[in-house]
Amino acid sequence: MRRIISILMENEPGALSRVVGLFSQRGYNIETLTVAPTEDKTLSRLTLTTFGDDRQIERITKNLNKLIEVVKLVDLTEGAHIERELMLCKVKATGAQRAEVKRTVDIFRGQIVDVTSSVYTVQLAGTSDKLDAFIGTIGDAQVLEVVRTGVSGIARGEKVLSI
Amino acid sequence: MEKLSGAEMVVRALQDEGVEIIFGYPGGAVLHIYDALFQQDKVQHILVRHEQAATHAADGYARATGKPGVVLVTSGPGATNAVTGIATAYMDSIPMVVLSGQVRSDWIGDDAFQETDMVGICRPIVKHSFSVRNVEDIPEMVKKAFYIATTGRPGPVLIDIPKDKTSPLVKLPYEYPKKVKMRSYSPVARGHSGQIRKAVDEMMKARRPVIYAGGGVILGEGSEHLTKLARLLNFPVTNTLMGLGAYPGSDKQFLGMLGMHGTYEANMVMHSSDLIVAVGARFDDRVTNHTQKFCPGATIIHIDVDPATISKNVRADVPIVGPVKQVLEDMVAMVEESAERPDEKALERWWQEIQGWREYHGLRYETNGDGPMKPQQVVEALYRATRGDAYVTSDVGQHQMFAAQFYKFDKPRRWINSGGLGTMGFGLPSAMGVQFAFPNATVACVTGEGSIQMNIQELSTCLQYGLPIKIININNQALGMVRQWQDMQYGGRHSQSYMDSLPDFVRLAEAYGHVGMRVDRIEDLDAAMEKAFSLKDRLVFMDIYVDPSEHVYPMHIADGAMRDMWLSKTERT
Repeated sequence: MRRIISILMENEPGALSRVVGLFSQRGYNIETLTVAPTEDKTLSRLTLTTFGDDRQIERITKNLNKLIEVVKLVDLTEGAHIERELMLCKVKATGAQRAEVKRTVDIFRGQIVDVTSSVYTVQLAGTSDKLDAFIGTIGDAQVLEVVRTGVSGIARGEKVLSI
Repeated sequence: MEKLSGAEMVVRALQDEGVEIIFGYPGGAVLHIYDALFQQDKVQHILVRHEQAATHAADGYARATGKPGVVLVTSGPGATNAVTGIATAYMDSIPMVVLSGQVRSDWIGDDAFQETDMVGICRPIVKHSFSVRNVEDIPEMVKKAFYIATTGRPGPVLIDIPKDKTSPLVKLPYEYPKKVKMRSYSPVARGHSGQIRKAVDEMMKARRPVIYAGGGVILGEGSEHLTKLARLLNFPVTNTLMGLGAYPGSDKQFLGMLGMHGTYEANMVMHSSDLIVAVGARFDDRVTNHTQKFCPGATIIHIDVDPATISKNVRADVPIVGPVKQVLEDMVAMVEESAERPDEKALERWWQEIQGWREYHGLRYETNGDGPMKPQQVVEALYRATRGDAYVTSDVGQHQMFAAQFYKFDKPRRWINSGGLGTMGFGLPSAMGVQFAFPNATVACVTGEGSIQMNIQELSTCLQYGLPIKIININNQALGMVRQWQDMQYGGRHSQSYMDSLPDFVRLAEAYGHVGMRVDRIEDLDAAMEKAFSLKDRLVFMDIYVDPSEHVYPMHIADGAMRDMWLSKTERT
């Protein structure tokens, strides 16, 4: 099952490698990973997605909690949550394709943020599924380059992850 | 405020932390620190002959005293040589602080002479690690290192110190913090009282209970309360390899060690129980055998300070996260206050059944008469010669299992062995650590001719510091445990488990300035032991030749339940 684990940790060198090490040591793959300082510069917020059954995830979260630099963590997939991923994507846009690509971008509520005579650079945000769907619709042949930020997530409602 | 260099800060912080002894080996990156050490006399430095031995010695010191062991090594090879010892301490949750030198900070990452990424190498085998970036951080970093190493589930902590951060040219104000508080680290202070109550209720209902106690009881200073609880309830007790001594080994309620080479009765009791009270134990694979077949009828109470240990291998019905001492203390109080007791008749029947198992096997082995002596006889002779009151360290292999089975440890912190990592070469250096902690105590190192050669250079350290350790070399002229597996599972093909051309250990010991003794015949054994232990101020190396074909039994049958055991070469359950 796909999980989104969100971690609040000390913004210190080495902290990230300890988190990643717990996964690689056990042979679990990290699907996406995004990390940046929070409003409190001494803390970083790390969001990662991975696949695992309940037992695996329980073990990994317990061990993540044991890391000295991990302040708090939550498995967002346990409750209602919002997830977003940002994608920048270069798409071939020549001839009749130009209008078609534009239309598709509009349907997906993306933006064209850079234009040349043959290429559109599209910015699109949403769930990972939506980004996948966009690429599927445009078609592999048209897509020149894709860069995705990985998933960021936050719980719905009043619940907050803070110290 | 007083101004100190980084090197002086390191040494002063150790003093302020109350460290009396450190084990190490100098080298380029730590010379500033060694110079600061030279100019004081509060912290004694022990010069080992190999950095692995420094970590094992600090480890032995920690296991025997409960105080953290401290190690100082240089960068590069000094640091990597310490890695095995750090991993050993990590697996057995031993409090340790390792200070490793590092090349100057502006050279890090450039393949400088004797550079290695020690923080990176150690990441999976330390509880935490620090790298000094600013000289002024040193006091707080040392304080935090000791705090982390000794609290919660203990473990080794590394501080990597680039040489320029210890320069005598940079002096900064020094103040050692009285306390540290870390928002991201707060070990559980108390077990949940509701869970403790629930556990006590389960105990009162039990008809076939057993207490399964591990090294956590010793680390958490819970032996006294464990013993009280067991006696109050008249429950049988088994200890893990790491837990031996947590409950008195010669007590009538004690079943011996459990697990792969545990006693027949301990494993039968576990398998047949309806309640397992696991205290400071981690359901290791050497204990459980196949986890799916583990103790099918038992309700499991699991007390441990580390939440990640609970339900890791075997699901707990009543998990209790907390310090074992406090939890056991609360349990004793609840039982004492309560008028309720477990069903006496049921317990009586349970004890009768246990007695039957004891009589059936009871660690029996066959002696050879006039032929080669058995390794078990050596441990029994050691027990007699030391009146059961020695600190016994061991290496890894058959001799370790025989020592664990046949030496009855009545007190915690007397049995010192590498249980988790199974590190050959641990025995002699850890014995040094114990002897430094208790200069007048009897310290015996039970080893084999394979293991002892993995750190034999420490005989030189022992001479330098006059350590009167007694080395009991159970010499079966083979890597006995490997050979046993090859006998049992590889058709007797002894691939590389025989060591040709063993040294003459007697003359080797003498060459190092010690006393060497060789024993070949059983009739000489007791007298030789008495003589060795009467030499109070000398290290004695007893090279004792035993039957090379002996196996350790009982032995779990792989992938079976706890009750599935080989009881001898021909007999199984």
